[in-house]
Amino acid sequence: MGYVGSSVKRVEDPRFIQGKASYVGNIIMPGMVHLAIKRSPYAHAKIKKINTKKAKALPGVVAVFTGQDLLDGGCGPLPCGWNVPDIKTPTRYALTVDKARHVGDGVAVVVAEDPYIAADAVELIDVSYQPLDVVIDARKTTELEAPLVHDDISENTSYEWALGDKAVCDKAFEEADHIVELDLTNQRLIPNAMEPRACVAQWTDTTEEMIVWTASQNPQLIRLLLSAYTLLIPEHRLRVISPDVGGGFGSKIFHYPEEVITPWVSRAVNRPAKWVATRSEASITDSQGRDHITVARMALKKDGEITGLHVSTWANMGAYLSTLAPLIPTALYITLLAGLYRMKGIWGEMWGTLTNTVPVDAYRGAGRPEASYLLERLVDIAAHELSIDPVEIRVKNFIGKDEFPYQTPLAFEYDSGDYHALFEKATSLADYAKMRTDQTDARDNGRLVGIGISGCIEASGPAPSAVAGSLGFALGLWESGVVRVHPTGKVTVLTGSHSHGQGHETTFAQIVADELGVPMTDIEVVHGDSGRIPFGMGTYGSRSASVGGSALVKSAEKIRAKLIKIAAHQLEAAEEDMVYDRAEGKVYVKGSPDKSKPFAELAFASYTAHNLPEGLDPGLEEISFYDPANFTFPNSAHIVQIEIDPETGEVELQRYVAVDDVGNVINPMIVEGQIQGGIAQGVGQALWEQGVYDESGQLLTGSLMEYALPRAASFPKFEIGRIETPSPHNPLGVKGAGEMGTIASTVAVANAVMDALAPLNIRHLDMPLTPDKIWSAMQKVGEAKTAKVEYFGGE
Amino acid sequence: MTMPVSITVNGTETSHEVEPRLLLVHYLRDVIGLTGTNVGCDTSQCGSCTVLIDGLAVKSCTVLAVQGDGSDITTIEGLAKNGELHPIQQAFWDNHGLQCGFCTPGMIITATEILKKNKKATEQDVRHGLEGNICRCTGYENIVKSIVAAQSVAPAKKAGKAKKGTA
Repeated sequence: MGYVGSSVKRVEDPRFIQGKASYVGNIIMPGMVHLAIKRSPYAHAKIKKINTKKAKALPGVVAVFTGQDLLDGGCGPLPCGWNVPDIKTPTRYALTVDKARHVGDGVAVVVAEDPYIAADAVELIDVSYQPLDVVIDARKTTELEAPLVHDDISENTSYEWALGDKAVCDKAFEEADHIVELDLTNQRLIPNAMEPRACVAQWTDTTEEMIVWTASQNPQLIRLLLSAYTLLIPEHRLRVISPDVGGGFGSKIFHYPEEVITPWVSRAVNRPAKWVATRSEASITDSQGRDHITVARMALKKDGEITGLHVSTWANMGAYLSTLAPLIPTALYITLLAGLYRMKGIWGEMWGTLTNTVPVDAYRGAGRPEASYLLERLVDIAAHELSIDPVEIRVKNFIGKDEFPYQTPLAFEYDSGDYHALFEKATSLADYAKMRTDQTDARDNGRLVGIGISGCIEASGPAPSAVAGSLGFALGLWESGVVRVHPTGKVTVLTGSHSHGQGHETTFAQIVADELGVPMTDIEVVHGDSGRIPFGMGTYGSRSASVGGSALVKSAEKIRAKLIKIAAHQLEAAEEDMVYDRAEGKVYVKGSPDKSKPFAELAFASYTAHNLPEGLDPGLEEISFYDPANFTFPNSAHIVQIEIDPETGEVELQRYVAVDDVGNVINPMIVEGQIQGGIAQGVGQALWEQGVYDESGQLLTGSLMEYALPRAASFPKFEIGRIETPSPHNPLGVKGAGEMGTIASTVAVANAVMDALAPLNIRHLDMPLTPDKIWSAMQKVGEAKTAKVEYFGGE
Repeated sequence: MTMPVSITVNGTETSHEVEPRLLLVHYLRDVIGLTGTNVGCDTSQCGSCTVLIDGLAVKSCTVLAVQGDGSDITTIEGLAKNGELHPIQQAFWDNHGLQCGFCTPGMIITATEILKKNKKATEQDVRHGLEGNICRCTGYENIVKSIVAAQSVAPAKKAGKAKKGTA
C-alpha cells in the first residue's frame, strides 16, 4: 500500500486536539476516595513517631495509613530489576518505616472524600523526626566520614562496574603525543513530562480482582512487579492499564511507591482510589536523570589520531535504586565511550553511589548523553589544543563505512553507518566553511560567536534478552505483537510496546497495512492494557519500532502464509505458485492475476472454515515474540551556532543543524518530530536545566518557578536532514529515533558556548551554561571585547 | 461553607454549590467533568490549563471557580463546531503540532488569542506569544508551524461557513 516511508497524519490526534484524551487523572468513579501523601521535609531523618489522630478526626477523612500499616498489610519492598555483579540493593518500601532518606520520601497516606480534604489532612499529621547528617555529592558520599544512607551499605557504594582493556589503554597514554584531561559534572536533571504521574485503582471485593490505571510506559512490567514483589495480587487477578500517557522520557518506566499505595488502599477501604501528583510532588518523587562526576583523559597522536580514553565516574543513584538505575551508568554509558571513533585503548570504570537525594534512573538518552558529552567535549578540547578543526579531527578518527559490522573494544558490535557521509551532509547543510568565515569576522568585531559540533552514537532498541540477562536484567527485552484479522477483514493490532506521545497508533498501522495490503483505516492499534494485550515490555530506549514493529512484521508474515494456504486450496493451485500482492491486498496464481482471492474474502473464509486445507486451523490471528539480534546504532552530526551577549552572558541559539541516521524511516514527519523534541530537551540541559540540592538536601528547584524548562522563544527554526543506513538486524531496517536528538544536542551546544569563549581562554564550564555562570567566568578573565586570538590554525 | 456559582461553559449554563477555595480548573474537570483542560503544574507556569474566560486566554489554575461566576468560558471541548474542527485544531493535526497531547489544549486555546490579537502573526510573534505555555515533547517547532499555518486555514473555513449562512 506504500504507507511506510510517508508522512501519514497521526490517527490518534483527533482525540488530543479536541480534549478527549484519556489520561489517568481524568478518571472519575462513583465512591472514589482521593489520596495525598505525607512526605518528609528532611533529606535524612529518623522517624521517631507519627501521630495521625488529628488527621483522622478531620471530617471527610476516611483513613490514614503509615508505612508500618502497609508492611503489616502485606506490601513487599520495591525491587531493583537490574542487578550488576555484587550489587548491594537497599531496601525500599512504598512508605518508609525507619527513616526518611530524601526530601519527599513518603511516610504516610491520607485517604479522603475529596483531594482538598486529603491535602488538609496531610498537614494535620504530626511526624516527629530526628534529623541526621546529609550527603548529596556522588563522590563525597563514598568518603569514610560520610553518613550512611543505608546502614547496611558501606561507603554508600551500591556497586562498581568497569569495562575495557586497561593494558591497551595504559599503553596508549604511555605512547601519546598529547593528553587532554577534563574533570566534569554532568548535572542532575528533572524529567518533567507534562502530565504528572497518576494512579487510580479499583478493587472488586466480590471477584477479588484489581484494576490499576497508571501513567506508565510499560503497564505489563508494572503488573509483574506488583504481582510478584509489592502488592502480591496474582497476575490473573490484576489488570494494569496505561491509557493515554502525557510524556515520559524514561521517568514513567519505573515502579513507583504510589503504584503500590493506591491499589493497596483501594482494597483496604474497598472503594476506588485515586492519586495524582502535583508538579512540586513530581519534582521530589519522579526519578531524576544524569548526575555524574567524572574524571576523564584522552590520549592522542599529534596528527589528531585518538588512541586512548580513560574514564572514572561516580554516578549518583539517589537514596534508593530505582527500577533500572544500575543499567544507566554501566551498559548504556561505558559501552558507548568509543563513540564514532576507531580508538582501541579505552578503559571506563564507575561507582554507583547512594545519597540523600531523589533516586536517579533513565532519562531521555540515559547514559548515552553522558558518554557523548564527555567524549565530544574531550575531542573538542583536543582539536583546540592541537589546532585542528573540530570537524577534521572527528572525520580523521571515524570508523569507515566498509568496516561494519564493527566490533568496538567495549562489547558492542555496531550494525551499520556511514559517518563520513553523515558529516558531509551536515557540514554542507550548515555551510560550515562559511560559518567559520563569518565567525572570524564576528570575532574581529569583538562578538562572542561560537560554533559547536557533535558526532554521537547511540545504542537503541534494547536488547537481545540473553545479553540483557548477562548484563544484569531480571527480565527479557523482546517484544510481542498480535495481528488479529476479523471476519470482515478489519484488523486489530495488539502490541506490548506503549505510546506516550510517539504515535504508535499511526506507525504500527502503517507497518501492518503495508505488510497485509489493507488500508490503514481498516486497522486499529491497541496498547497499554494488560487485559487486552499479550505480555510485553513497553517503550523506552528507542525500541518500539525496531523491536515492537518487528514483532508485528513477524505476525503479519504468518497471516500472509496462512492466507496463501487458503487461497491455494480454494483456487486449486500449488502453494508455491501463489503470489501475495501487498499492493492490492489479494492472493493470486503466478502468471494468472485474474485467478485471485481478495484479503477480506480469505479472512472470512478462515472463520467460516467451510473450505480450508486439511489440517489448517480456522481463524486468523497470529502472535509473535521478537527478540532482537542486536541493539541498533543510530548516529548523528549536529552543528550549532550561538552568540553570547558580553554584557549579560546570555546565550542566543542562532542556528541548529542536525543530520541523523536512524536507519529506514517509517513516518518521516513523526521521526522529525522526535528529533526536534529531543534536541530541545538536550539544549535544556546545556543551557538552563539543573536539579539543585543545597547542602541540607533540600531541592531548590522543586517547581517550574525554579526549574528552567525551555520555552518556544528559546529556539531558532531547526534545520534537519538525515541519511539512512538500514540496520541489518531487524526486518524493517530501522534504528531508534527517540533519543538521538537529546544525546547529540547537549554537547553540541556546550561545545558551541565553549568555542565562543575560547578567545578568552576559558577552557571548560560545567552545564548548565547559564548567563550567570558565563558572565562570572568572563569577569574572571577580564575584558571580553578586546580579545582576539588565532583559532584552529587558520584556513 | 459553599457558595453558588453559575458559569456558562461552551454555551451551556452550569450551576453548582462550591467551596470558595475551589480552583476553576478543578470546577471544570471534577465538578462538570470537562477533563480536556489539563493540570501540568502548580505554579501557573505551564499553561496546560488555559481556557478562554469572556474571550481572554486565562490559566484556569490561577482563578477560583467563584471568581468565574457569571462568566462565559470556552474550553478545548468547545472549539469544534458542528463536528468541524476549529482551524487551529485542524492546523495542529496537519502539522504534527502535538506528541503526547497533554499541553495541546492549552496551546490551542492560547493560539486562538495570539491569532486574535495579531492578524498576521509571524513565527517570532507566535514563539513569544507562547511564553506562558510549556511543551516537553515537540521542541515547539511544529506547534509554531501549526499556529502560523492556521492563519491561512481560518479565512477559507469562515468563508465556507458564511456561504451556508452559519457564520
